[in-house]
Amino acid sequence: MKAFEPKIVGFLCNWCSYAGADLAGVSRFQYPPNIRIVRVMCSGRVDPLFVIEMFIQGADGVLIGGCHPGDCHYMEGNYHTERRVKMLKKVLAKSGLEPERLSLEWIAASEGERFAKTMRDFTEQVRSLGPNPVAGEKPNLLIMESLYAARNAVEDFRLRTLVGKELALVEKENVYDEKIPQERIDELMENAIDEELVRTRILLLAKDKPQSVKGLADKMKVPSRDILKHIVTLRDRNLIRLEGIEGTTPMYLAQTQEVEA
Amino acid sequence: MTDSVGAVMVVGGGIAGMQSSLDLADSGYRVYLVDKSPSIGGAMAQLDKTFPTNDCAMCIMAPKLVETGRHRNIDLITNSTIDKIEGKAGNFKVTVSKKSRFIDESKCTGCGICTQKCPVEVVDEYNKGLKVRKAIFVKYPQAVPLIFSIDKDYCIGCGNCERLCKAGAIVYSQEPETKVLEVGSIILSPGFDEFDLVQKRKEYGYGRFPNVVSSLELERMLSATGPFGGLVLRPSDGEVVKKIAFVQCVGSRDRSIGNPYCSSVCCMFAIKEAVIAQEHNPGLEATIFFMDMRAFGKEFDDYYVRAEKEHGIRFVKNNRISSIAEDPITNNLLVTFIDKGNLVSEVFDMVALAVGMTAPKDAKDLSEKLGVQLNPYDFCSTDILFSPLETSKPGIFVGGAFGAPKDIPDSVSEASGAAAKASSVIASERGKLVTVKEYPPEKEVSGEEPRIGVFICHCGINIGGVVDVPGVVEYAKTLPNVAYAENNLYTCSQDTQKKIREKIEENNLNRVIVASCTPRTHQPLFQNTCAEAGLNPYLFEMANIRDQCSWVHMHEPAKATQKAKDLVRMVVAKAGLLEPLTRVPIEVKPSGLVIGGGLSGITAAQELSKQGFEAFIVERENELGGLMKRVHYEMVGEKKDVQKKLKELIKNVNSDKKIHVFTNSTVKDISGYIGNFKTTIDQNGEEKEIEHGIVIVATGGMEHKPKEYLYGENDNVMTQLEFEGKLAKKKMDADTVVMIQCVGCRNDERPYCSRVCCTEAVKNALKVKEMNPATSVYVLFKDIRTYGFSEVFYEEAAKNGVKFIRYDDETKPKVADKKGLEVKIWEPFLGEEITIKPDVLVLSAATIPHPDNADLAQMLKVPLSKHKFFLEAHMKLRPVEFATEGIFLCGLAHSPKFFEECVSQASAAVSRAATILSKKTLEAEGMVSSIDEDICSGCGTCVVICPFNAIEKDENGIARVTEVLCKGCGTCAASCPEKAASIKQFTDEQLIAQVVAAVKEVN
Amino acid sequence: MAETEFEPKIVGFLCNWCSYAGADLAGVSRFQYPPNIRIIRVMCSGRIDPYIVLEAFTQGVDGVFIGGCHPGDCHYLEGNYQAERKIKMTRQLVKKAGLEPERLRMEWVAASEGERFAILMREFPKQIQELGPSPLSGEKPDEKLMANINAAKLAALDFRLRAIVSKERKIVEQGNVYNETKSQEEWDEFMEDAIEAEFERKRLLGLITEKPMSVKELASEIDLPTDRILDHVVFLRKRNQLALDSIEGFTPKYISIVPEVKA
Repeated sequence: MKAFEPKIVGFLCNWCSYAGADLAGVSRFQYPPNIRIVRVMCSGRVDPLFVIEMFIQGADGVLIGGCHPGDCHYMEGNYHTERRVKMLKKVLAKSGLEPERLSLEWIAASEGERFAKTMRDFTEQVRSLGPNPVAGEKPNLLIMESLYAARNAVEDFRLRTLVGKELALVEKENVYDEKIPQERIDELMENAIDEELVRTRILLLAKDKPQSVKGLADKMKVPSRDILKHIVTLRDRNLIRLEGIEGTTPMYLAQTQEVEA
Repeated sequence: MTDSVGAVMVVGGGIAGMQSSLDLADSGYRVYLVDKSPSIGGAMAQLDKTFPTNDCAMCIMAPKLVETGRHRNIDLITNSTIDKIEGKAGNFKVTVSKKSRFIDESKCTGCGICTQKCPVEVVDEYNKGLKVRKAIFVKYPQAVPLIFSIDKDYCIGCGNCERLCKAGAIVYSQEPETKVLEVGSIILSPGFDEFDLVQKRKEYGYGRFPNVVSSLELERMLSATGPFGGLVLRPSDGEVVKKIAFVQCVGSRDRSIGNPYCSSVCCMFAIKEAVIAQEHNPGLEATIFFMDMRAFGKEFDDYYVRAEKEHGIRFVKNNRISSIAEDPITNNLLVTFIDKGNLVSEVFDMVALAVGMTAPKDAKDLSEKLGVQLNPYDFCSTDILFSPLETSKPGIFVGGAFGAPKDIPDSVSEASGAAAKASSVIASERGKLVTVKEYPPEKEVSGEEPRIGVFICHCGINIGGVVDVPGVVEYAKTLPNVAYAENNLYTCSQDTQKKIREKIEENNLNRVIVASCTPRTHQPLFQNTCAEAGLNPYLFEMANIRDQCSWVHMHEPAKATQKAKDLVRMVVAKAGLLEPLTRVPIEVKPSGLVIGGGLSGITAAQELSKQGFEAFIVERENELGGLMKRVHYEMVGEKKDVQKKLKELIKNVNSDKKIHVFTNSTVKDISGYIGNFKTTIDQNGEEKEIEHGIVIVATGGMEHKPKEYLYGENDNVMTQLEFEGKLAKKKMDADTVVMIQCVGCRNDERPYCSRVCCTEAVKNALKVKEMNPATSVYVLFKDIRTYGFSEVFYEEAAKNGVKFIRYDDETKPKVADKKGLEVKIWEPFLGEEITIKPDVLVLSAATIPHPDNADLAQMLKVPLSKHKFFLEAHMKLRPVEFATEGIFLCGLAHSPKFFEECVSQASAAVSRAATILSKKTLEAEGMVSSIDEDICSGCGTCVVICPFNAIEKDENGIARVTEVLCKGCGTCAASCPEKAASIKQFTDEQLIAQVVAAVKEVN
Repeated sequence: MAETEFEPKIVGFLCNWCSYAGADLAGVSRFQYPPNIRIIRVMCSGRIDPYIVLEAFTQGVDGVFIGGCHPGDCHYLEGNYQAERKIKMTRQLVKKAGLEPERLRMEWVAASEGERFAILMREFPKQIQELGPSPLSGEKPDEKLMANINAAKLAALDFRLRAIVSKERKIVEQGNVYNETKSQEEWDEFMEDAIEAEFERKRLLGLITEKPMSVKELASEIDLPTDRILDHVVFLRKRNQLALDSIEGFTPKYISIVPEVKA
């Protein structure tokens, strides 16, 4: 077997980190060839969905490069990125993937050498984590399924609203001219991630075949009590319905039109 | 009083508060209904079904909710609490503070778009924490007012809702408000709170064991709108519950936690839940563990018996269970209890704890601010026997569960009763603060070709997001008779009302259609707009293209649009056939006939007089007082001399110029209808005619003459009332007294409970002990039903050495006369039969209906219940009136009850009557039945099927509709063999036009 | 659903207080169901006249749904009980006429049962789909069936059936004018006979509105024994709804003398 060569995707912002990467080249700083760079105008453009999608597609690591705090060409795109990455790391961890596979680095246009070093370090870091468990011939289905759920979760308005508004709510003011404490947002975010991941996983599992609360609890390693609560909420939103009762066990089926939408 | 104010404040908008408000607003007063919650409805709005009829709570309550919400003379002041009060009865100044909703109440249409993108989830208290809601929310889908609120405790201020709200109703800068309101009197109906299971009853595992739930949580599970769509599922794993235990008296009848009183409703509540749960989870086994089954209300015992015999509910009596333990693996529950003297354990899937009622949490605060006294358990203190509705402060009254734990019909009666009391304080100010709406003269449109205007609503994006609204407008324009069509962002908004009026004018419209939401809530608004434009309000129709179209076909926009077009076409077809309808006014005679001169009748007459109406009392005996003449002392309250008080009361009635007393009299004949009755009274053989606007039936009841236990054979055997008479004359020197309960009732002949006898027995037992503590007193009973605060006296009697021995149908006491009385009874604790030799044997004899009820019922054409008491219009929500308008009932004529309950009911009957008597003329609803005299053959089918007695045969044998009595259901039209009957606004032609239009293809 | 699939046309009559409110709640809760139903609001299910239901079938609807309050919940106390009996009779008439009685469905729906309403609205169209389009719909409605349904409609308009169905509840539950009660079974049998007879009579009259027919001809047309037809002829003559038109040879021919009923 060949030695493991991590596949890494890098999203670099045009004005700082992409320029930094160019400078590394101009200066002939050497680094391993594992990264495939995607240029974006601002790190703020990196939708959480892209990151999850990259991992689903088998990337072993994802690196996001942005401007140093205060340097963003678009004023505060990088701050938003910072909060998104924080959220994404939580989502990855909860999905069973090492959050260290995702890295956010501030790299200035002048930091060619730092860019090269970052590439060397991150490649090593990912190499030490080993291959992405969902890549290859025998993907880890539990993690794969969690990542699918995560993809739906980060598309849901709830996580997007929270992460999108976090900066404004914590640093500036909300609609009542008040600041929301970071802890409050962290707590809300933590709960929202937990809940949305479980809900999206339930919907995926119950998409084609009716599922029971206990069955879902066993498959997902989540207490039945919590599964039931989520089913109540999903039912309320017309995302799942009672399909029938087998013995004493109600069976639920996801309402497909809504899942696809 | 010249400085009185013709307005009343009602505090608390549950079923009691709504009833008080409606009564007062309908009888000429302005009402401020203050509720601390963002919407009214109270506890009843959370119920799935109600006992003993298994009525759907929301079905029967929603009409009252809507009526309260849109009544011109009721100002809903939600989200608000009382700050302080100044002044005195007749003229109070009340400061009310209103929390911000962060929503402009005048702009929110309740469409609900805002909540869909709110990122914050909050535990939903309406669903007892079994569901989540959003931080911007409305308590329940049918809430009144249907206005959203932002829960600032949870809102993070992201601003999503503001961007979504097309009505611009979100106001983040909204400040709390303070208002000072002037009112003449105040009614307190803040309801109750639930006993705190988590803090005070830890040993039952509530909060620790997931499958131990409260009875209210179970109620939400049973509800179709609840978390599980009506199935009862185990919170631990979502499995269908197959075996459930109900544990009664959790937080009631328990001095150790400070609630020694009985919560009165939980027994029936548990039976109902068991029956309904069985209906929802077929095959469910239900067991109820209880101490005494307190099924004391009207037809409650029948329900109890049916639950046991027909539904197989298992009842384990005399049991406060020992413990509940959980199997940590299965989360099953192990209930340990005493069975035939042994401790046994049994496994259940779920345990429901009958959570007791406590005083509302803010009772102390309210009491301090208003200066009204509370009883030791923080419920409102009242002078129980004669004025159960009056607080310690003049001008402030109480209704509903705040006075004592009670069920819905008793709350509704009290609420009406309190309204009568509140009204009598300010009777001189009636009609001074109400809004009377003036409309322009109606345009004559009959004979004109229909010119229909169609207004189609986007409802923000609620309709417009699915249905192609402009497309529907264009389509509507092509329909026959449509003269104008347009679309609106919100057809219900104020500016659109103005626009509709203008368009009616400009286009000379003579029919109006709004295609938007549901006519159930919005039709009156648009009808009013039509009337303001001089159009008869019955020339209006609605098409429901939101609730029944865009919202239920969200993923099929093309088909939903097609359906919306069809629905519009259907109502256009109907609208072309609409006719202007008139409301026929009838004159009202401002007086009432009260049949029966017992405490109920006297109270009713007095209340009528206080309200400014004349009253005629007809009493068959030669003096007033009825059954109360035999009652000498009261158990609770100030222990006043009851007879002295009664004599005063009778004297006042006799000297009241507005009250005409006919003793030695009977009612010979009654004719006429609401507003205009004519009655012939037979007084000592002399006939007298009177005219009156309403009738109150207060015929009372009687004490049953026992046919067993040597009654009438041995002089020392007597009834409870006879015994009380002896006690009052101090003629009692017995060493041993035995009382037997349920004599002549709860048996096959009279399977109902007489409600008062347990408390009467306890009262007399305490009196005996007070007179001579050495006397032995035994009470032989089936269940002790000292509900409410009477429970405290039961406890006291037991403490004072009164011995209570339970018997059942198989172990009834045996009484013999063996040179002295001898009572043999099985003593369950000793496990043997014991013999008592009493000096006096007291029988708690049944309260029976008056034998004349049947004749009177026939004369009034009102029904009797199966136990021959009078049967009210609705057991839950219309306890003091008959289905036939203008006829009311109260007291023992309705069912056995305490004197204070008679006083409440009599006042309630007057309150309901005042909604009629306060008007010079009544207007019949326009949508009524009519009969074509030329076709009618006089077969009488309609007369038989009309439940409101609105159709009678006239002198020619032809059916005739009394329009004021008709409720417009139309069953007569569907039944008339000759098709002579028809129903306005829903005629055959109109319905068929809708059917034909529904089928016709559209291009 | 594919374009070509049959989309049943359903008319629903819902009572204002319970089932119409339940339908509203389905909306408020966004419970989705296919858009086949066209709802007509009535104040009470007791308002629904059997003949209006039959009229809907003549118009070609594929199904009729009737929603009322659960027993005991009726805003008008007992309109739903009246409705229950009338609809039962209507189903019998529909069946007699040769249309599937499953096309007429009555359900109790409470104001709180939004989800249940949606489930019914998914179920009922499916049930109708299985039955296929009503033979009375489309360009060429089945003529014989149409004649039958019209006869059923006239039977539902007839004094006799209307009078007895309206009194069923009273007689079964409270007793008739002689204070006798009939058991439900006895009543059902009586009702069944009445429905059958009235339907056959209307069918018979329908055939002889324009041209006179003999007993034999009628028997073969309606597919009934001649003695049964003869009974009807005698009865209808007594009722003054039919007259002897002519005698051809030994065969009397009869003609309807009922004025055209407007319905």
